[in-house]
Amino acid sequence: MGLDIRWPIGLMFLILGLLLGAYGLWSDPVIYSKSLGVNVNLIWGAVLAIFGLLMIALGRRGQLRAAKTKNDRDATAR
Amino acid sequence: MSLRPIDWLVMLVYVAFVVGIGLILKRHMKTSTDFFLSGRALPAWVCGLAFVSANLGAQEVIGMAASGAKYGIATSHFYWIGAIPAMVFVGVFMMPFYYGSRARSVPEYLRLRFDEKTRALNAVAFTVMTIFSSGISMYAMARLIQILHLFDAPLAWLSISPAWGFHLSILVSALVVLVYVFFGGLSGAIYNEVLQFFLIVAGFLPLVWLGLKSVGGWESLKARVPAEMTHAWMGMGSPHTNPLGVEWFGLAMGLGFVLSFGYWCTDFLVVQRAMAAHSMSAARRTPLIAALPKMFFPLLVILPGLIAIGVAAPATRPAAQNSTLEMKTAPAADFARGLIPAKTNGATGEVVRDSDGKVVLDYDLAIPNMLLRYFPSGLLGLGLTALLASFMSGMAGNVTAFNTVWTYDIYQAYIRPGASDSHYLRMGRVATVAGIALSVMAAYLATRFNNIMDMLQLIFAFVNAPLFATFLLGMFWKRATGHGAFFGLLSGTLAAALHHGATLPAGAVAGIKGGWLGPLLHSYPSEMAQNFWTAIFAWTTCFLATILISLVTRPRAEKDLVGLVYSLTPRQREQDVAWYLRPAALGVGVLILAAALNFIFR
Repeated sequence: MGLDIRWPIGLMFLILGLLLGAYGLWSDPVIYSKSLGVNVNLIWGAVLAIFGLLMIALGRRGQLRAAKTKNDRDATAR
Repeated sequence: MSLRPIDWLVMLVYVAFVVGIGLILKRHMKTSTDFFLSGRALPAWVCGLAFVSANLGAQEVIGMAASGAKYGIATSHFYWIGAIPAMVFVGVFMMPFYYGSRARSVPEYLRLRFDEKTRALNAVAFTVMTIFSSGISMYAMARLIQILHLFDAPLAWLSISPAWGFHLSILVSALVVLVYVFFGGLSGAIYNEVLQFFLIVAGFLPLVWLGLKSVGGWESLKARVPAEMTHAWMGMGSPHTNPLGVEWFGLAMGLGFVLSFGYWCTDFLVVQRAMAAHSMSAARRTPLIAALPKMFFPLLVILPGLIAIGVAAPATRPAAQNSTLEMKTAPAADFARGLIPAKTNGATGEVVRDSDGKVVLDYDLAIPNMLLRYFPSGLLGLGLTALLASFMSGMAGNVTAFNTVWTYDIYQAYIRPGASDSHYLRMGRVATVAGIALSVMAAYLATRFNNIMDMLQLIFAFVNAPLFATFLLGMFWKRATGHGAFFGLLSGTLAAALHHGATLPAGAVAGIKGGWLGPLLHSYPSEMAQNFWTAIFAWTTCFLATILISLVTRPRAEKDLVGLVYSLTPRQREQDVAWYLRPAALGVGVLILAAALNFIFR
């Protein structure tokens, strides 16, 4: 369908992860009394950013594989 | 506390991506097959995650957490008994006929297998149902946004009354879904459902972690709530000894067989996701891949409800019906159980009581209250976005199913046959706009006539309950005829209505809950037990009536049924995929895992 969904998912989670992580670094620690003293923005932001990067890496791998398959097919056709 | 800019930013990023995906896909929508069936070109994992996400609407997230708070782990039966076996069955046994027949929709399969009238009956009932389901989803979301006062601050900034929060919620959600389905068609919906799936997991997983941490872990939670709430099978020998009020047979037959197979195996909303797969093998794997995350969803949606009951009530209760996010009206808070407040009358603010004078709790607030209790700004934005994503995926699922059945099974079949493909593509877009406009109207109807919506849902239940008998006989008994299917369905629906009219759950008043025929034949311990047995009666009647009528009517020639009936269709050989990816192997693996979960939480 012309779009590998792993790219937008990866990009969105990377952006969300960086946003939350940055907010976790600079926000007032008082707000974390709700989350039992845990800076969940920082931790979960890092998890989301890593997940985003993983999806982007998978999308990139898929793209390279598709290109290789296409090249092989073209070579066979020639 | 109100939402901070970071929370709004998280929501905006999400909205930008879902709209962006729809716009990117616009240039790929060249034929009606692209628009309605994603060109039958998607990989199995994408279809599988969309399969599970399309079902993750309002009822799922809010409703299952509410049931988790009310009944406990027994709610997992809706997954482990009420979904997994049916998902395995549709993947292993039914998908070869749906996908292999090249039917473009479930009603179209009914036309190929039976006749035109059976298709028309199914298509009309289905389109009406999708509109109202989508409307109810929209209404539930707008109500929640209103209760949480999400739009109050921006509205105040614009000097607009907070009462407009409800209208704004409906308008914004309708517009977002409209853009990505209008431009991206089924692909727009499916791709966004995959994105929404990950977002829902990302939004709720930290909630479960923080919730469990605050109560001291699972063992500590077990000590805080009644024992039957942390066991799925405790007291299931009798309807009077478990919180669901239903015994194991009614549960297994009513929920596990009739209702579950009726939904997962015949509802075009979910089947459409598998039909978009790039190959037969991928289509068969779709529901099996979906079953894997599905069986662990109780962890994400039911456990927070249970934690909400088990956690000690806070000094200032979260959630709100007044002007801030943290305050709860005093009377409702006084009767709260954990984080679940009492239900209050919207007009008077008084606590609602049942016919025995007992306070009614507002279980639907389990998830929102958990989010407000444990999530600081930032993560709160993510949690609320996950909630919005679940509402939108449910709505978009209904709209894409509606536009396809309307265009192929009603418009092309009866109103304008023989037009060009580009004409049907245009009609698909018009149907998308019309479907969303009708959903908005249904949402407003729900605000005015709550009983009408209850009644419609009841009628849908009557229509749906017998459906699986028709498909089972259609796919596995070549002698089943069109007349048998049509009149079997009608008699099943009639049986459901009669059973409902002659029975009543304990403590209920005759009317919408049943007993409207006059003399009561039976009284059930709970509404759930009545629903399950209504379904069992409907299914059995449809099954027997279809067989009897088929035996006295003329069957179709066998050559016309090749690819539509099990005994006349060559078996699928999946030699080109690894053994562990073959449907049978995957199906067995999924069933073993589901059985293990039942055993662990027995």
